Amino acid sequence: MSEYSVFSLIRETLRGHKHWPAAWRDPAPKEAYDVVIVGGGGHGLATAYYLAREHGITNVAVVEKGYLGGGNVGRNTTIVRANYMLPGNERFYAKSLALWEGLEQELNFNVMMSQRGVLNLAHSDGQLDAFARRGNSMRLHGEDAEILGPAEIAERVPLLDLENARFPVYGGLMHRRGGTARHDAVAWGFARAADRLGVDLIQNCEVTGIERDAQGRVAAVDTTRGRIKAKKVGLAVAGHTSQVAEMAGLRLPIESHLLQAFVTEGLKPVLDQVVTFAAGHFYISQSDKGGLVFGSSLDGYNSYTARGNMPAVEHTVEAAMSLMPALGRLRLLRHWGGVMDMSMDGSPIISTTDVPGLYLNGGWCYGGFKATPGSGWCFAHTIARDEPHELNSALRLDRFHTGHLLDEEGSGPFPNTH
Amino acid sequence: MRIPCPICGERALEEFTYRGDARPVRPKMDDADPTHWVDYVYTRPNERGRIKELWQHLLGCRAWVVVDRDTATHEVFGSELAREAKEGGQA
Repeated sequence: MSEYSVFSLIRETLRGHKHWPAAWRDPAPKEAYDVVIVGGGGHGLATAYYLAREHGITNVAVVEKGYLGGGNVGRNTTIVRANYMLPGNERFYAKSLALWEGLEQELNFNVMMSQRGVLNLAHSDGQLDAFARRGNSMRLHGEDAEILGPAEIAERVPLLDLENARFPVYGGLMHRRGGTARHDAVAWGFARAADRLGVDLIQNCEVTGIERDAQGRVAAVDTTRGRIKAKKVGLAVAGHTSQVAEMAGLRLPIESHLLQAFVTEGLKPVLDQVVTFAAGHFYISQSDKGGLVFGSSLDGYNSYTARGNMPAVEHTVEAAMSLMPALGRLRLLRHWGGVMDMSMDGSPIISTTDVPGLYLNGGWCYGGFKATPGSGWCFAHTIARDEPHELNSALRLDRFHTGHLLDEEGSGPFPNTH
Repeated sequence: MRIPCPICGERALEEFTYRGDARPVRPKMDDADPTHWVDYVYTRPNERGRIKELWQHLLGCRAWVVVDRDTATHEVFGSELAREAKEGGQA
């Protein structure tokens, strides 16, 4: 299959775009694989790619119940960042951001990575102190972070109302290497690159059971396209992790919650960065098409519906209006919901499990998109070596038993507060 | 989504706060087996379907309420006061 390049683009343009080869094959499942990854979203596809690329394991299938990239990788607000405080999280997200920076060359696919900066606004002295502490923690891990004052912020983000009577802007934490990427393209890029290394991407193939042998080891997955034998099975089905893990008898510290996102009609460029509002947990950026993409907190109760209720919509647009009053002139173009795998401490899980041959990737809360390459890289290592890499050694499932929790918010075992 | 409060009747969602799954039961205080406590604090069945969950009518009568709700459809089947509930009032 040919490389994508400016020459192939010119050639196919002259031929009327009628001769582009398919980006990946559409194989039927084989009888057996070394590794079966359940879930053809960003994380599953990235895991398959890094299994082949980093570990030479190419007898791999990704089984997906719908179509590739049809889940949460296509439903997020496309933000990429590594601005965490706790060492167990920050070193992992720093690796992920480093992989993002080379991803387009690595995958030969334009993922439209745009390091436009992520600016967290502080609305009190206490919040600014907390951001300074987080910024210092980030810098200790080699990430970029700087505190900006109101004057610098006013110059860079003219759309903001800095003088809001209730939530004035005291300053902000700028993370310049953060930004956005084209969410669908990340899934497609990993899919094409994995396929080129020999991975079978099997769509419309829902896993209905996980078979274990007499010793308890994983032996096969039952699917709507037949039984597939597997030496190892990796789950990357965030949103429905509890359901799939239960097929192997696992009970998890995860609840499924609901998060909504919004896009306005298109505008000329008005917002150069990703900006977050700490007084109401609100985040906003402008897509390359011009629409403002934003979201805020969870609806707050367990749900698999992928559609939200009005109180969360009202909360979100109130936050938008407090921060950028000019947005009141805009109309919302689209609005949707997704199912979030909320872990009990608000941090993800990339781990071996008590079931030999079964590996778990989940609990992404609402931070899964930025983690896509790092998650795939670490999960591939965990599957190939049967133990976590140092970078995901804090993201183990057994931390809930040993007490080594990663609670960035410090809000306790209540998923709707993370 | 509207939540029926046994005292106040059917009220808007935003009058309530959410505690989560109502069914885990706190181990006895002299239970020294950590796995029981890990199960109580962290492990959840997280069903896609009908569950019993705890809500508090914070902006109303402040009662704790066990609500029978479907997580796949948001359909609410009923509610009862937590102190009277056979299932879900023991958390």
